[in-house]
Amino acid sequence: MIPQPTSSVSGAYRAGREIVLDVRNLRIHYETPRGDVIAVNGISFQVYKGEIVGLVGESGCGKTTAAMGILQLVPSPGRILSGEILINGRNMLGLTEAELRERRWRELSLIPQGAMNSLNPVMRVRDQIGDAILTHEGAIPKDKLKARILELFSLVGLPPRVYDLYPHELSGGMKQRVCIAMAIVLNPPVIIADEPTSALDVVVQRVVAQTLLDVKERLGVSMIMIGHDMGLQAQMVDRVIVMYAGNIVEVTPVMPAFHNPLHPYTQLLIASIPSIKERKPLKITTGLTHDLRNPPPGCSFQLRCPHVMDICKRVPPAMIEREPDHWVACYLYGKEEQQG
Amino acid sequence: MTTATPLLEVRNATKIYGGGFLQRGNRVVALQNFSMVIPEKPAIITTIAGESGSGKTTLANAILGFISLTSGQILYKGQDITTLKGQAATAYRREVQAVFQDPYEVYNPFYRVKHIYDMVIAHLNLGYSKAQARELIEQSLRVVGLRGEEVLEKYPHQLSGGQRQRVMVARAYMMNPRLIIADEPVSAVDASLRAMILDVMLKLRDDLGVSFLYITHDLSTAYQIGDDIYVLYQGSIAERGRTVDVIERPKHPYVQMLISSVPVPDPMVKWGTVLEGVADESLRATVESGCRFYPRCPNRMDRCLKAMPPLYPVGDHGQQAACYLYEKP
Repeated sequence: MIPQPTSSVSGAYRAGREIVLDVRNLRIHYETPRGDVIAVNGISFQVYKGEIVGLVGESGCGKTTAAMGILQLVPSPGRILSGEILINGRNMLGLTEAELRERRWRELSLIPQGAMNSLNPVMRVRDQIGDAILTHEGAIPKDKLKARILELFSLVGLPPRVYDLYPHELSGGMKQRVCIAMAIVLNPPVIIADEPTSALDVVVQRVVAQTLLDVKERLGVSMIMIGHDMGLQAQMVDRVIVMYAGNIVEVTPVMPAFHNPLHPYTQLLIASIPSIKERKPLKITTGLTHDLRNPPPGCSFQLRCPHVMDICKRVPPAMIEREPDHWVACYLYGKEEQQG
Repeated sequence: MTTATPLLEVRNATKIYGGGFLQRGNRVVALQNFSMVIPEKPAIITTIAGESGSGKTTLANAILGFISLTSGQILYKGQDITTLKGQAATAYRREVQAVFQDPYEVYNPFYRVKHIYDMVIAHLNLGYSKAQARELIEQSLRVVGLRGEEVLEKYPHQLSGGQRQRVMVARAYMMNPRLIIADEPVSAVDASLRAMILDVMLKLRDDLGVSFLYITHDLSTAYQIGDDIYVLYQGSIAERGRTVDVIERPKHPYVQMLISSVPVPDPMVKWGTVLEGVADESLRATVESGCRFYPRCPNRMDRCLKAMPPLYPVGDHGQQAACYLYEKP
């Protein structure tokens, strides 16, 4: 259940919730000959137990880099410069490769974007899933392994016959479900889902989305769902993190994200979503994002913001909790507080 | 009412891939008995909607002359496009333009953006001076909200996705077209830029009388800008009519399922549930004769297997659905 934004109790959403993933000051740069591209500019956020957090923003805003950073799978020339990634209080950054391999799938797993390309085409489904179990848990008897895989199948709605099939024999929706099964095989507390349904047709997407929601409900797992389909976000997530040009500009429960967005960028993002329920004039925006190698001082959205003020061009705004659990980094909501 | 020759008419178009002497087993019917009319006036945006494999891109390719139909005809101003010769063929290629999905792949990365326009000018054979040519380019760019100095001297990778796509729309516009085939023009760009490109389409339609064939899987954008819509399912029309009628009051079981599956960008609106089992893709076997949607249909009847249902009238403004549920006794 999502608490209503009007709740007067301070911190109504986070009250009594356990923090599973705590990202602190994560900074990721891509090194290029003409200077570092600041892809993720020292972001911090938390994920609570059993919730789905949406990570949204336009392409190039750093959402995928941030998620890959949490998995420590940032492709070269990307580099994590600083930060902490705490899962149940234990830092994942700074581990050796061996320690990381031991903990990665067990504590943090990934549902990749293109399920089509992330399964090994010459391995049967049973061997791919079995592999993950055997690597992390050592040898277990064959019949037990099979029983476990079939149990996973029933959890994600796959028929048992998939056990012996190769990936090319599966439809797109089934492949995506195999990926979901792989992600939950070791029962990790956190799953990162990178646009998990974007390559699927809309009816199949609906069914796979339901599978994800069921899995979350039954296992109590937390998820970070990256995506640019705001419809999908509205229907699936509990909270939304909005990123712009490497910075988090707003963090809010899903209701206010759509009905009372505070940051001018979020407002723009919400206003430009085409809906199938309501015909409305298109919201046009102008202006381009700054060069990520050379960000201007102050707020990252200043070049496109309709409300830009003098201070926005000098000092970056800090995050403030404008309403219970609703955080925003913008001078429209109190200059004094921000500078203090 | 309108007896005038339509701008574009597709008559019973069918495209079958494979199925020749050597590959009898691999017959794929990409488009089946498809008919469509785009009027000469007024300019409208006609949406072809469908999932992957529904035949929408096959249709675009056929209209653009990239592939030939197995049977059926495509008429432009009353003339079969396969019989066009000489000036008429040139005119067709100028008046019917295309904008494709990925605004990056259509560029040659080694040439500056200006090169695209220079090529167009050379092709048009206008005998323009440099200054006249530049003026024409600037004017086309203005239509899509760009300025020459912003883009012309740049390389494709230096443009944003939205700029790249608008440069392509401007190129299409420069030919002074009557019809632009836009194949998923906004599915590769961000939400904020998507609105800008859709707005350019509306402007071209209203101010300059350019019609569009808008090919997409995204019903939300079709609903925002489209006039007529044809929803395809595995190569056949499931439902057609005015976009507003079809989206707000879908009649075909497939279109109903499709529309209730679209996630609404509002957490207050509950997401429609898809009936369990109905959407099971493993049932997606090709039905030899009869309705292609039979294996997934919640309303299936025995007779649906016997023959493909024709289009029955189901509403105002020519709304039709290919489903026996709407057969009048």
